[in-house]
Amino acid sequence: MLVPVDFTGFIAVVKRDCATCRLIEPVFRELMIGAALQIHSQDDPSFPDSIDDVIDERALELSYRLEIEIVPTLIQFQDGEERARLVGWKRDEWRRLTEMTALGEALPEYSPGCGSKSVEPGMPEKLAYKFGDTPLKARRVEAASQQDEHELMFERGWSDGLPLVPPTEDRALKTLAGTTRSPSEIIGIIPPDNAPCTVEKVAINAVMAGCKPEYFPVVLAAVEAACLDEFCMHGVLATTYFSAPIVIVNGPIVDKIGLNWGHNVLGQGNRANSTIGRALQLVIRNVGGGRPGGVDRATLGQPGKVGFCFAEREHDSYWESLAVERGFTADESTVTLFAGGGVHPVGDQKSRQPESLTRSLALTLRTVYHSKVFGRTDALLVVSPENMRVFREAGWSKARFREALDEALTVAGDEVVAGAARIDEGMPPHLADIRLSKFRPGGLLIVHAGGGAGMWSAVITGWAGSGPKGSVPVTVAIKS
Amino acid sequence: MSTLLDPTSELQPAQREAIPRPQSLSEKRVALLDISKPRGDVFLDHLEARLGELGVDARRYSKPTFTRVAPVDLKQQIVSECDVVIEALAD
Repeated sequence: MLVPVDFTGFIAVVKRDCATCRLIEPVFRELMIGAALQIHSQDDPSFPDSIDDVIDERALELSYRLEIEIVPTLIQFQDGEERARLVGWKRDEWRRLTEMTALGEALPEYSPGCGSKSVEPGMPEKLAYKFGDTPLKARRVEAASQQDEHELMFERGWSDGLPLVPPTEDRALKTLAGTTRSPSEIIGIIPPDNAPCTVEKVAINAVMAGCKPEYFPVVLAAVEAACLDEFCMHGVLATTYFSAPIVIVNGPIVDKIGLNWGHNVLGQGNRANSTIGRALQLVIRNVGGGRPGGVDRATLGQPGKVGFCFAEREHDSYWESLAVERGFTADESTVTLFAGGGVHPVGDQKSRQPESLTRSLALTLRTVYHSKVFGRTDALLVVSPENMRVFREAGWSKARFREALDEALTVAGDEVVAGAARIDEGMPPHLADIRLSKFRPGGLLIVHAGGGAGMWSAVITGWAGSGPKGSVPVTVAIKS
Repeated sequence: MSTLLDPTSELQPAQREAIPRPQSLSEKRVALLDISKPRGDVFLDHLEARLGELGVDARRYSKPTFTRVAPVDLKQQIVSECDVVIEALAD
Protein backbone atom coordinates (compact mmCIF):
# COMPACT_ATOMS: atom_id res chain seq x y z
CA MET A 1 0.00 0.00 0.00
CA LEU A 2 1.22 3.45 -0.86
CA VAL A 3 -0.55 4.88 2.17
CA PRO A 4 0.27 2.93 5.36
CA VAL A 5 -2.81 1.30 6.91
CA ASP A 6 -2.42 3.23 10.13
CA PHE A 7 -1.37 6.54 8.58
CA THR A 8 -2.83 9.58 10.23
CA GLY A 9 -1.93 12.97 8.81
CA PHE A 10 -1.85 14.71 5.41
CA ILE A 11 -0.75 13.72 1.95
CA ALA A 12 -0.04 16.47 -0.55
CA VAL A 13 0.42 15.85 -4.29
CA VAL A 14 2.26 18.60 -6.16
CA LYS A 15 4.35 19.35 -9.22
CA ARG A 16 7.02 21.97 -9.87
CA ASP A 17 5.34 22.96 -13.11
CA CYS A 18 2.35 24.31 -11.15
CA ALA A 19 2.54 27.96 -10.09
CA THR A 20 0.17 27.42 -7.18
CA CYS A 21 2.28 24.52 -5.88
CA ARG A 22 5.31 26.80 -5.94
CA LEU A 23 3.31 29.60 -4.30
CA ILE A 24 2.28 27.53 -1.30
CA GLU A 25 5.72 26.05 -0.56
CA PRO A 26 5.82 28.01 2.76
CA VAL A 27 2.48 26.46 3.73
CA PHE A 28 3.98 22.98 3.54
CA ARG A 29 6.80 24.06 5.84
CA GLU A 30 4.30 25.41 8.37
CA LEU A 31 2.18 22.30 8.11
CA MET A 32 5.12 19.96 8.71
CA ILE A 33 5.68 21.53 12.09
CA GLY A 34 2.21 20.72 13.39
CA ALA A 35 1.25 17.48 11.62
CA ALA A 36 2.46 14.41 9.76
CA LEU A 37 2.78 15.43 6.11
CA GLN A 38 3.87 13.42 3.08
CA ILE A 39 4.63 15.43 -0.05
CA HIS A 40 4.54 13.57 -3.37
CA SER A 41 6.05 15.42 -6.33
CA GLN A 42 4.85 14.38 -9.79
CA ASP A 43 7.56 15.92 -11.96
CA ASP A 44 10.62 16.65 -9.80
CA PRO A 45 11.51 14.93 -6.51
CA SER A 46 13.71 17.91 -5.54
CA PHE A 47 10.60 20.11 -5.37
CA PRO A 48 9.69 21.76 -3.04
CA ASP A 49 13.37 22.74 -2.67
CA SER A 50 13.12 23.77 0.96
CA ILE A 51 11.67 20.45 2.13
CA ASP A 52 13.53 17.21 2.69
CA ASP A 53 12.07 13.77 2.20
CA VAL A 54 9.83 14.64 -0.75
CA ILE A 55 8.49 11.40 -2.21
CA ASP A 56 9.21 10.77 -5.89
CA GLU A 57 5.81 10.45 -7.59
CA ARG A 58 7.03 10.49 -11.19
CA ALA A 59 5.61 7.00 -11.70
CA LEU A 60 2.20 8.51 -10.80
CA GLU A 61 0.99 5.38 -9.03
CA LEU A 62 -0.30 7.19 -5.96
CA SER A 63 -1.91 9.85 -8.14
CA TYR A 64 -3.63 7.12 -10.14
CA ARG A 65 -4.81 5.17 -7.10
CA LEU A 66 -6.04 8.26 -5.24
CA GLU A 67 -7.66 9.62 -8.42
CA ILE A 68 -5.81 12.92 -8.25
CA GLU A 69 -7.08 15.33 -10.92
CA ILE A 70 -5.66 18.64 -9.75
CA VAL A 71 -2.44 19.71 -8.05
CA PRO A 72 -1.98 20.73 -5.35
CA THR A 73 -4.29 18.22 -3.69
CA LEU A 74 -4.25 17.91 0.10
CA ILE A 75 -5.80 14.78 1.57
CA GLN A 76 -6.44 14.19 5.25
CA PHE A 77 -6.06 10.59 6.45
CA GLN A 78 -7.18 9.00 9.72
CA ASP A 79 -5.87 5.49 10.42
CA GLY A 80 -5.22 4.95 6.71
CA GLU A 81 -8.71 6.15 5.64
CA GLU A 82 -9.32 9.29 3.62
CA ARG A 83 -11.37 11.83 5.57
CA ALA A 84 -11.24 15.01 3.49
CA ARG A 85 -9.64 16.44 0.38
CA LEU A 86 -8.83 19.94 -0.88
CA VAL A 87 -7.66 21.00 -4.35
CA GLY A 88 -5.90 24.22 -5.32
CA TRP A 89 -5.24 26.85 -2.71
CA LYS A 90 -8.16 28.31 -0.74
CA ARG A 91 -6.72 29.70 2.45
CA ASP A 92 -9.89 29.43 4.56
CA GLU A 93 -10.46 25.82 3.62
CA TRP A 94 -6.85 24.84 4.27
CA ARG A 95 -6.97 26.57 7.67
CA ARG A 96 -10.24 24.85 8.60
CA LEU A 97 -9.01 21.40 7.60
CA THR A 98 -5.61 21.71 9.25
CA GLU A 99 -6.98 23.60 12.29
CA MET A 100 -4.05 26.04 11.84
CA THR A 101 -5.61 29.48 12.04
CA ALA A 102 -2.61 31.42 10.79
CA LEU A 103 -1.71 29.12 7.89
CA GLY A 104 -0.51 30.93 4.78
CA GLU A 105 -0.90 34.38 6.29
CA ALA A 106 1.39 36.02 3.72
CA LEU A 107 -0.28 34.36 0.74
CA PRO A 108 -3.28 35.44 -1.33
CA GLU A 109 -6.64 33.96 -0.31
CA TYR A 110 -7.08 31.96 -3.46
CA SER A 111 -5.05 30.47 -6.27
CA PRO A 112 -6.38 27.76 -8.59
CA GLY A 113 -4.54 24.48 -9.10
CA CYS A 114 -3.26 22.87 -12.29
CA GLY A 115 -4.09 19.58 -13.98
CA SER A 116 -2.50 16.49 -12.48
CA LYS A 117 0.06 14.72 -14.67
CA SER A 118 -1.94 11.54 -14.10
CA VAL A 119 -4.85 12.85 -16.16
CA GLU A 120 -2.90 14.22 -19.12
CA PRO A 121 -4.24 12.90 -22.45
CA GLY A 122 -3.64 9.16 -22.78
CA MET A 123 -2.16 8.85 -19.29
CA PRO A 124 -5.16 7.31 -17.45
CA GLU A 125 -5.16 4.36 -19.87
CA LYS A 126 -1.38 3.92 -19.56
CA LEU A 127 -1.60 4.01 -15.77
CA ALA A 128 -4.55 1.61 -15.74
CA TYR A 129 -2.48 -0.89 -17.66
CA LYS A 130 0.76 -0.25 -15.73
CA PHE A 131 -0.69 -0.62 -12.26
CA GLY A 132 -2.57 -3.81 -12.83
CA ASP A 133 -6.09 -2.55 -13.05
CA THR A 134 -6.32 -3.41 -16.72
CA PRO A 135 -9.34 -5.53 -17.51
CA LEU A 136 -7.78 -6.75 -20.76
CA LYS A 137 -7.61 -10.50 -21.12
CA ALA A 138 -6.42 -10.83 -24.73
CA ARG A 139 -3.24 -12.73 -25.44
CA ARG A 140 -0.25 -10.42 -25.82
CA VAL A 141 1.73 -10.52 -29.03
CA GLU A 142 5.25 -9.13 -28.73
CA ALA A 143 6.92 -7.57 -31.73
CA ALA A 144 10.64 -8.36 -31.75
CA SER A 145 13.04 -5.43 -31.46
CA GLN A 146 13.85 -5.38 -35.18
CA GLN A 147 10.32 -6.21 -36.28
CA ASP A 148 8.00 -3.66 -37.88
CA GLU A 149 4.71 -4.01 -36.02
CA HIS A 150 2.78 -3.07 -39.15
CA GLU A 151 4.36 -5.94 -41.06
CA LEU A 152 3.70 -8.25 -38.10
CA MET A 153 -0.02 -7.52 -38.35
CA PHE A 154 -0.06 -8.29 -42.07
CA GLU A 155 1.95 -11.48 -41.55
CA ARG A 156 -0.44 -12.70 -38.90
CA GLY A 157 -3.35 -12.25 -41.26
CA TRP A 158 -5.13 -9.63 -39.17
CA SER A 159 -5.48 -7.15 -42.05
CA ASP A 160 -8.09 -6.82 -44.76
CA GLY A 161 -5.28 -5.67 -47.04
CA LEU A 162 -5.04 -2.12 -45.75
CA PRO A 163 -2.80 -0.82 -42.96
CA LEU A 164 -4.09 -1.22 -39.40
CA VAL A 165 -3.72 0.88 -36.27
CA PRO A 166 -1.59 -1.25 -33.88
CA PRO A 167 -3.90 -2.54 -31.10
CA THR A 168 -1.95 -1.57 -27.99
CA GLU A 169 -3.30 -1.83 -24.46
CA ASP A 170 -3.79 1.90 -24.03
CA ARG A 171 -5.61 2.27 -27.35
CA ALA A 172 -7.92 -0.63 -26.48
CA LEU A 173 -8.61 0.87 -23.05
CA LYS A 174 -9.43 4.23 -24.64
CA THR A 175 -11.87 2.52 -26.98
CA LEU A 176 -13.43 0.58 -24.10
CA ALA A 177 -14.01 3.91 -22.37
CA GLY A 178 -16.50 4.61 -25.18
CA THR A 179 -19.00 2.20 -23.62
CA THR A 180 -20.30 1.39 -20.17
CA ARG A 181 -20.36 -2.32 -21.03
CA SER A 182 -17.94 -4.69 -19.35
CA PRO A 183 -14.94 -5.75 -21.47
CA SER A 184 -15.65 -9.37 -20.58
CA GLU A 185 -19.27 -9.33 -21.72
CA ILE A 186 -19.88 -11.76 -24.57
CA ILE A 187 -21.96 -9.93 -27.12
CA GLY A 188 -22.33 -12.63 -29.72
CA ILE A 189 -21.10 -15.79 -31.39
CA ILE A 190 -19.22 -14.84 -34.52
CA PRO A 191 -19.45 -17.01 -37.62
CA PRO A 192 -17.98 -18.90 -39.34
CA ASP A 193 -15.92 -20.33 -36.46
CA ASN A 194 -18.80 -19.65 -34.02
CA ALA A 195 -16.33 -18.01 -31.66
CA PRO A 196 -17.65 -16.20 -28.58
CA CYS A 197 -16.84 -12.51 -28.93
CA THR A 198 -16.27 -10.23 -25.95
CA VAL A 199 -16.62 -6.47 -25.90
CA GLU A 200 -12.82 -6.43 -25.49
CA LYS A 201 -12.25 -8.31 -28.76
CA VAL A 202 -14.53 -5.89 -30.57
CA ALA A 203 -12.56 -3.00 -29.08
CA ILE A 204 -9.26 -4.46 -30.31
CA ASN A 205 -10.61 -4.79 -33.83
CA ALA A 206 -12.19 -1.32 -33.65
CA VAL A 207 -8.77 0.09 -32.76
CA MET A 208 -7.22 -1.65 -35.76
CA ALA A 209 -9.99 -0.34 -38.04
CA GLY A 210 -9.21 3.23 -36.94
CA CYS A 211 -12.33 3.92 -34.86
CA LYS A 212 -12.52 6.70 -32.28
CA PRO A 213 -13.86 5.65 -28.86
CA GLU A 214 -17.12 7.48 -29.47
CA TYR A 215 -17.83 5.24 -32.48
CA PHE A 216 -17.59 2.14 -30.31
CA PRO A 217 -21.27 1.84 -29.30
CA VAL A 218 -22.19 1.82 -33.01
CA VAL A 219 -19.62 -0.91 -33.71
CA LEU A 220 -20.95 -2.99 -30.82
CA ALA A 221 -24.52 -2.63 -32.08
CA ALA A 222 -23.41 -3.65 -35.58
CA VAL A 223 -21.67 -6.76 -34.22
CA GLU A 224 -24.73 -7.65 -32.15
CA ALA A 225 -26.96 -7.25 -35.18
CA ALA A 226 -24.66 -9.43 -37.31
CA CYS A 227 -24.94 -12.19 -34.70
CA LEU A 228 -28.75 -12.32 -34.87
CA ASP A 229 -29.85 -15.62 -36.33
CA GLU A 230 -32.21 -14.02 -38.84
CA PHE A 231 -29.36 -12.00 -40.37
CA CYS A 232 -27.54 -15.24 -41.17
CA MET A 233 -24.03 -13.76 -41.22
CA HIS A 234 -22.56 -17.18 -41.92
CA GLY A 235 -24.42 -17.45 -45.22
CA VAL A 236 -23.81 -13.80 -46.12
CA LEU A 237 -20.08 -14.49 -45.73
CA ALA A 238 -19.92 -17.94 -47.28
CA THR A 239 -21.93 -17.18 -50.41
CA THR A 240 -20.42 -16.92 -53.88
CA TYR A 241 -22.61 -13.79 -54.28
CA PHE A 242 -21.43 -10.20 -53.61
CA SER A 243 -22.91 -9.74 -50.16
CA ALA A 244 -21.52 -7.92 -47.16
CA PRO A 245 -23.15 -6.45 -44.07
CA ILE A 246 -24.06 -2.85 -44.89
CA VAL A 247 -24.44 -0.72 -41.76
CA ILE A 248 -27.11 2.01 -41.90
CA VAL A 249 -27.20 4.33 -38.89
CA ASN A 250 -30.20 6.39 -37.78
CA GLY A 251 -30.88 8.75 -34.89
CA PRO A 252 -29.13 11.39 -32.80
CA ILE A 253 -25.81 9.55 -32.65
CA VAL A 254 -25.26 10.30 -36.35
CA ASP A 255 -24.43 13.96 -35.80
CA LYS A 256 -22.83 13.36 -32.41
CA ILE A 257 -20.07 11.26 -33.93
CA GLY A 258 -19.96 12.91 -37.34
CA LEU A 259 -21.26 10.15 -39.59
CA ASN A 260 -21.73 11.28 -43.18
CA TRP A 261 -25.25 11.44 -44.64
CA GLY A 262 -24.44 14.05 -47.30
CA HIS A 263 -22.07 14.41 -50.23
CA ASN A 264 -20.37 11.17 -51.27
CA VAL A 265 -22.34 9.38 -48.56
CA LEU A 266 -21.65 5.95 -50.05
CA GLY A 267 -18.03 6.81 -50.80
CA GLN A 268 -14.75 7.41 -49.05
CA GLY A 269 -13.42 10.26 -46.93
CA ASN A 270 -15.33 10.21 -43.65
CA ARG A 271 -13.59 8.53 -40.74
CA ALA A 272 -16.73 7.31 -38.94
CA ASN A 273 -18.30 5.84 -42.08
CA SER A 274 -15.08 4.19 -43.20
CA THR A 275 -13.97 2.73 -39.89
CA ILE A 276 -17.24 1.53 -38.34
CA GLY A 277 -18.04 -0.70 -41.29
CA ARG A 278 -14.44 -1.87 -41.40
CA ALA A 279 -14.45 -2.73 -37.69
CA LEU A 280 -17.41 -5.07 -38.19
CA GLN A 281 -15.64 -6.79 -41.07
CA LEU A 282 -12.43 -7.14 -39.05
CA VAL A 283 -14.39 -8.78 -36.21
CA ILE A 284 -15.79 -11.30 -38.70
CA ARG A 285 -12.32 -11.84 -40.14
CA ASN A 286 -10.33 -12.09 -36.92
CA VAL A 287 -12.75 -13.32 -34.27
CA GLY A 288 -14.98 -15.30 -36.62
CA GLY A 289 -12.19 -16.54 -38.86
CA GLY A 290 -14.03 -15.52 -42.05
CA ARG A 291 -11.49 -14.94 -44.79
CA PRO A 292 -11.67 -14.67 -48.57
CA GLY A 293 -10.85 -17.99 -50.13
CA GLY A 294 -11.61 -19.67 -46.81
CA VAL A 295 -15.24 -19.68 -45.76
CA ASP A 296 -15.74 -16.43 -47.70
CA ARG A 297 -16.36 -17.97 -51.14
CA ALA A 298 -17.34 -14.80 -53.04
CA THR A 299 -16.76 -15.26 -56.75
CA LEU A 300 -16.19 -11.56 -57.41
CA GLY A 301 -16.91 -9.69 -54.17
CA GLN A 302 -17.21 -5.91 -54.19
CA PRO A 303 -15.31 -2.94 -52.69
CA GLY A 304 -17.88 -2.50 -49.88
CA LYS A 305 -16.63 -5.72 -48.32
CA VAL A 306 -13.79 -3.72 -46.73
CA GLY A 307 -16.54 -1.98 -44.79
CA PHE A 308 -19.77 -0.25 -45.76
CA CYS A 309 -21.44 2.13 -43.35
CA PHE A 310 -23.45 5.29 -43.85
CA ALA A 311 -26.14 7.37 -42.19
CA GLU A 312 -29.59 8.39 -43.35
CA ARG A 313 -30.17 12.09 -44.11
CA GLU A 314 -32.99 12.63 -41.65
CA HIS A 315 -33.10 16.35 -40.86
CA ASP A 316 -34.72 17.43 -44.14
CA SER A 317 -36.31 14.18 -45.24
CA TYR A 318 -39.96 14.30 -46.31
CA TRP A 319 -40.40 10.66 -45.34
CA GLU A 320 -40.16 8.77 -42.06
CA SER A 321 -36.72 7.28 -41.60
CA LEU A 322 -35.77 3.66 -42.10
CA ALA A 323 -35.57 3.18 -38.33
CA VAL A 324 -39.04 4.67 -37.77
CA GLU A 325 -40.45 2.43 -40.48
CA ARG A 326 -38.90 -0.48 -38.62
CA GLY A 327 -40.56 0.34 -35.31
CA PHE A 328 -38.17 2.69 -33.53
CA THR A 329 -38.74 6.32 -32.53
CA ALA A 330 -36.96 9.22 -34.21
CA ASP A 331 -34.98 10.00 -31.06
CA GLU A 332 -33.57 6.48 -30.74
CA SER A 333 -30.21 5.71 -32.31
CA THR A 334 -30.17 2.48 -34.27
CA VAL A 335 -28.10 0.32 -36.55
CA THR A 336 -29.72 -1.55 -39.42
CA LEU A 337 -27.77 -4.28 -41.19
CA PHE A 338 -28.56 -5.12 -44.78
CA ALA A 339 -26.83 -7.96 -46.59
CA GLY A 340 -25.92 -5.95 -49.64
CA GLY A 341 -23.86 -6.01 -52.79
CA GLY A 342 -22.49 -3.13 -54.81
CA VAL A 343 -23.99 0.24 -55.68
CA HIS A 344 -25.91 0.61 -58.93
CA PRO A 345 -26.65 4.19 -59.97
CA VAL A 346 -30.00 5.37 -61.31
CA GLY A 347 -29.86 8.48 -63.49
CA ASP A 348 -33.04 10.24 -64.52
CA GLN A 349 -32.56 13.91 -65.44
CA LYS A 350 -36.03 14.46 -66.90
CA SER A 351 -38.70 13.11 -64.54
CA ARG A 352 -40.46 15.93 -62.66
CA GLN A 353 -43.57 13.93 -61.83
CA PRO A 354 -43.60 11.20 -59.19
CA GLU A 355 -45.28 8.66 -61.46
CA SER A 356 -42.49 8.94 -64.05
CA LEU A 357 -39.68 8.92 -61.50
CA THR A 358 -41.18 5.89 -59.74
CA ARG A 359 -41.25 3.97 -63.02
CA SER A 360 -37.61 4.99 -63.65
CA LEU A 361 -36.49 3.73 -60.26
CA ALA A 362 -38.48 0.54 -60.74
CA LEU A 363 -36.67 -0.22 -64.00
CA THR A 364 -33.32 -0.39 -62.19
CA LEU A 365 -34.76 -2.12 -59.13
CA ARG A 366 -36.03 -4.83 -61.43
CA THR A 367 -32.45 -5.67 -62.46
CA VAL A 368 -31.50 -6.72 -58.91
CA TYR A 369 -30.07 -10.24 -59.15
CA HIS A 370 -31.63 -10.64 -62.63
CA SER A 371 -34.46 -8.90 -64.46
CA LYS A 372 -36.34 -12.18 -64.70
CA VAL A 373 -35.87 -13.36 -61.12
CA PHE A 374 -38.62 -12.17 -58.76
CA GLY A 375 -39.12 -12.49 -55.02
CA ARG A 376 -35.65 -13.83 -54.37
CA THR A 377 -33.41 -10.86 -53.63
CA ASP A 378 -34.01 -7.85 -51.40
CA ALA A 379 -32.86 -4.34 -52.31
CA LEU A 380 -31.89 -1.10 -50.65
CA LEU A 381 -32.95 2.06 -52.48
CA VAL A 382 -31.05 5.24 -51.58
CA VAL A 383 -33.10 8.26 -52.67
CA SER A 384 -31.15 11.48 -53.11
CA PRO A 385 -32.48 14.88 -52.00
CA GLU A 386 -33.12 16.05 -55.58
CA ASN A 387 -35.11 12.92 -56.35
CA MET A 388 -37.00 13.21 -53.06
CA ARG A 389 -37.96 16.78 -53.98
CA VAL A 390 -40.17 15.41 -56.75
CA PHE A 391 -42.13 13.34 -54.26
CA ARG A 392 -42.27 16.13 -51.68
CA GLU A 393 -43.61 18.67 -54.18
CA ALA A 394 -46.30 16.20 -55.25
CA GLY A 395 -47.18 15.40 -51.65
CA TRP A 396 -46.34 11.70 -51.97
CA SER A 397 -45.86 9.91 -48.66
CA LYS A 398 -43.41 7.03 -48.36
CA ALA A 399 -46.36 4.63 -48.24
CA ARG A 400 -47.76 6.01 -51.49
CA PHE A 401 -44.35 5.77 -53.13
CA ARG A 402 -44.02 2.17 -51.98
CA GLU A 403 -47.46 1.35 -53.37
CA ALA A 404 -46.63 2.86 -56.77
CA LEU A 405 -43.25 1.11 -56.84
CA ASP A 406 -44.84 -2.21 -56.06
CA GLU A 407 -47.31 -1.73 -58.88
CA ALA A 408 -44.48 -0.88 -61.30
CA LEU A 409 -42.57 -3.94 -60.14
CA THR A 410 -45.40 -6.46 -60.55
CA VAL A 411 -45.42 -8.31 -63.85
CA ALA A 412 -47.23 -11.14 -65.58
CA GLY A 413 -45.50 -14.40 -64.79
CA ASP A 414 -45.22 -15.48 -68.41
CA GLU A 415 -42.89 -12.51 -69.09
CA VAL A 416 -40.30 -13.79 -66.64
CA VAL A 417 -40.51 -17.58 -66.56
CA ALA A 418 -37.48 -19.58 -67.62
CA GLY A 419 -37.17 -19.48 -71.39
CA ALA A 420 -39.21 -16.28 -71.84
CA ALA A 421 -37.44 -13.68 -74.00
CA ARG A 422 -35.24 -16.60 -75.13
CA ILE A 423 -33.35 -16.48 -71.84
CA ASP A 424 -33.03 -19.70 -69.87
CA GLU A 425 -32.85 -17.92 -66.52
CA GLY A 426 -36.18 -17.06 -64.96
CA MET A 427 -39.00 -18.16 -62.72
CA PRO A 428 -40.37 -21.72 -62.61
CA PRO A 429 -42.85 -22.44 -65.45
CA HIS A 430 -45.79 -23.10 -63.12
CA LEU A 431 -45.83 -19.37 -62.25
CA ALA A 432 -46.57 -18.33 -65.84
CA ASP A 433 -50.25 -17.57 -65.20
CA ILE A 434 -49.95 -15.42 -62.08
CA ARG A 435 -48.66 -11.91 -61.43
CA LEU A 436 -45.35 -11.72 -59.61
CA SER A 437 -43.88 -9.02 -57.35
CA LYS A 438 -40.20 -8.23 -57.60
CA PHE A 439 -39.72 -8.01 -53.84
CA ARG A 440 -41.05 -10.10 -51.00
CA PRO A 441 -43.00 -8.15 -48.31
CA GLY A 442 -40.38 -6.24 -46.27
CA GLY A 443 -37.73 -6.92 -48.88
CA LEU A 444 -37.25 -3.35 -50.09
CA LEU A 445 -35.55 -0.84 -47.80
CA ILE A 446 -35.74 2.86 -48.66
CA VAL A 447 -33.50 5.57 -47.18
CA HIS A 448 -32.86 9.24 -47.93
CA ALA A 449 -29.19 10.20 -48.25
CA GLY A 450 -26.68 12.12 -50.33
CA GLY A 451 -25.57 15.61 -51.25
CA GLY A 452 -27.98 18.38 -52.16
CA ALA A 453 -27.24 18.48 -55.88
CA GLY A 454 -27.63 15.65 -58.39
CA MET A 455 -30.63 13.83 -59.78
CA TRP A 456 -29.25 10.45 -58.90
CA SER A 457 -30.41 7.66 -56.69
CA ALA A 458 -28.80 4.32 -55.98
CA VAL A 459 -29.92 0.73 -55.88
CA ILE A 460 -27.98 -1.69 -53.72
CA THR A 461 -28.70 -5.32 -54.36
CA GLY A 462 -29.44 -7.66 -51.49
CA TRP A 463 -28.18 -11.18 -51.10
CA ALA A 464 -29.34 -13.86 -53.49
CA GLY A 465 -30.48 -15.74 -50.39
CA SER A 466 -32.76 -13.00 -49.04
CA GLY A 467 -35.74 -13.84 -46.85
CA PRO A 468 -36.53 -15.91 -43.77
CA LYS A 469 -34.63 -18.95 -45.07
CA GLY A 470 -31.56 -16.80 -45.66
CA SER A 471 -30.93 -13.25 -44.48
CA VAL A 472 -33.43 -10.58 -43.52
CA PRO A 473 -32.47 -6.99 -42.57
CA VAL A 474 -32.16 -6.45 -38.84
CA THR A 475 -32.31 -3.29 -36.72
CA VAL A 476 -31.02 -2.91 -33.16
CA ALA A 477 -30.88 0.02 -30.75
CA ILE A 478 -27.43 1.46 -30.01
CA LYS A 479 -26.69 1.17 -26.29
CA SER A 480 -24.29 3.41 -24.42
CA MET B 1 9.64 -3.69 -28.74
CA SER B 2 5.90 -3.17 -28.70
CA THR B 3 3.14 -5.29 -27.26
CA LEU B 4 -0.02 -5.81 -29.26
CA LEU B 5 -3.33 -7.43 -28.29
CA ASP B 6 -4.40 -10.49 -30.25
CA PRO B 7 -7.56 -9.58 -32.18
CA THR B 8 -8.47 -13.19 -32.95
CA SER B 9 -10.62 -15.72 -31.12
CA GLU B 10 -7.37 -17.39 -29.96
CA LEU B 11 -8.92 -20.74 -30.80
CA GLN B 12 -6.07 -21.88 -33.03
CA PRO B 13 -7.08 -25.50 -33.24
CA ALA B 14 -4.28 -27.95 -33.92
CA GLN B 15 -3.83 -28.78 -37.57
CA ARG B 16 -6.02 -31.73 -38.36
CA GLU B 17 -5.17 -34.03 -41.22
CA ALA B 18 -8.02 -35.05 -43.48
CA ILE B 19 -8.74 -38.76 -43.14
CA PRO B 20 -7.48 -40.75 -46.14
CA ARG B 21 -9.88 -41.15 -49.03
CA PRO B 22 -11.27 -44.68 -49.33
CA GLN B 23 -9.60 -46.75 -52.04
CA SER B 24 -12.93 -48.29 -52.97
CA LEU B 25 -16.63 -47.70 -52.28
CA SER B 26 -17.41 -51.39 -51.99
CA GLU B 27 -18.91 -52.24 -48.63
CA LYS B 28 -19.24 -48.49 -47.92
CA ARG B 29 -22.51 -46.72 -47.22
CA VAL B 30 -22.52 -43.49 -49.21
CA ALA B 31 -24.52 -40.36 -48.27
CA LEU B 32 -25.51 -38.11 -51.16
CA LEU B 33 -26.11 -34.71 -49.62
CA ASP B 34 -28.11 -32.08 -51.47
CA ILE B 35 -27.53 -28.63 -49.92
CA SER B 36 -30.71 -27.33 -51.61
CA LYS B 37 -29.07 -25.27 -54.30
CA PRO B 38 -30.65 -25.27 -57.76
CA ARG B 39 -29.77 -28.34 -59.86
CA GLY B 40 -27.95 -30.08 -57.03
CA ASP B 41 -30.60 -32.79 -57.40
CA VAL B 42 -29.72 -33.24 -61.09
CA PHE B 43 -26.09 -33.92 -60.19
CA LEU B 44 -27.01 -36.30 -57.38
CA ASP B 45 -29.58 -38.14 -59.52
CA HIS B 46 -26.77 -38.96 -61.96
CA LEU B 47 -24.41 -40.02 -59.20
CA GLU B 48 -27.05 -42.17 -57.54
CA ALA B 49 -27.71 -43.95 -60.81
CA ARG B 50 -23.99 -44.54 -61.45
CA LEU B 51 -23.41 -45.78 -57.91
CA GLY B 52 -26.45 -48.05 -58.22
CA GLU B 53 -24.92 -49.64 -61.34
CA LEU B 54 -21.80 -50.33 -59.27
CA GLY B 55 -23.87 -51.91 -56.51
CA VAL B 56 -22.98 -49.22 -53.99
CA ASP B 57 -25.38 -48.51 -51.12
CA ALA B 58 -26.19 -44.81 -51.67
CA ARG B 59 -28.67 -42.83 -49.60
CA ARG B 60 -30.09 -39.35 -50.18
CA TYR B 61 -30.06 -36.50 -47.66
CA SER B 62 -30.75 -32.81 -47.99
CA LYS B 63 -30.17 -29.66 -45.99
CA PRO B 64 -33.27 -27.47 -45.43
CA THR B 65 -31.45 -24.48 -46.92
CA PHE B 66 -28.04 -23.89 -48.47
CA THR B 67 -27.70 -20.62 -46.59
CA ARG B 68 -26.97 -22.20 -43.24
CA VAL B 69 -24.78 -24.93 -41.89
CA ALA B 70 -26.38 -28.35 -41.66
CA PRO B 71 -28.54 -28.93 -38.58
CA VAL B 72 -26.89 -31.06 -35.91
CA ASP B 73 -29.61 -33.73 -36.26
CA LEU B 74 -28.84 -34.17 -39.94
CA LYS B 75 -25.10 -34.42 -39.34
CA GLN B 76 -25.63 -37.02 -36.63
CA GLN B 77 -28.02 -38.99 -38.85
CA ILE B 78 -25.46 -39.10 -41.67
CA VAL B 79 -22.63 -40.05 -39.32
CA SER B 80 -24.66 -42.88 -37.86
CA GLU B 81 -25.94 -44.21 -41.18
CA CYS B 82 -23.04 -43.73 -43.62
CA ASP B 83 -19.28 -44.04 -44.08
CA VAL B 84 -18.73 -41.56 -46.92
CA VAL B 85 -20.42 -38.29 -47.91
CA ILE B 86 -20.65 -36.85 -51.39
CA GLU B 87 -22.01 -33.30 -51.33
CA ALA B 88 -23.49 -31.36 -54.23
CA LEU B 89 -22.01 -27.99 -53.37
CA ALA B 90 -23.04 -25.47 -55.95
CA ASP B 91 -25.37 -24.68 -58.78
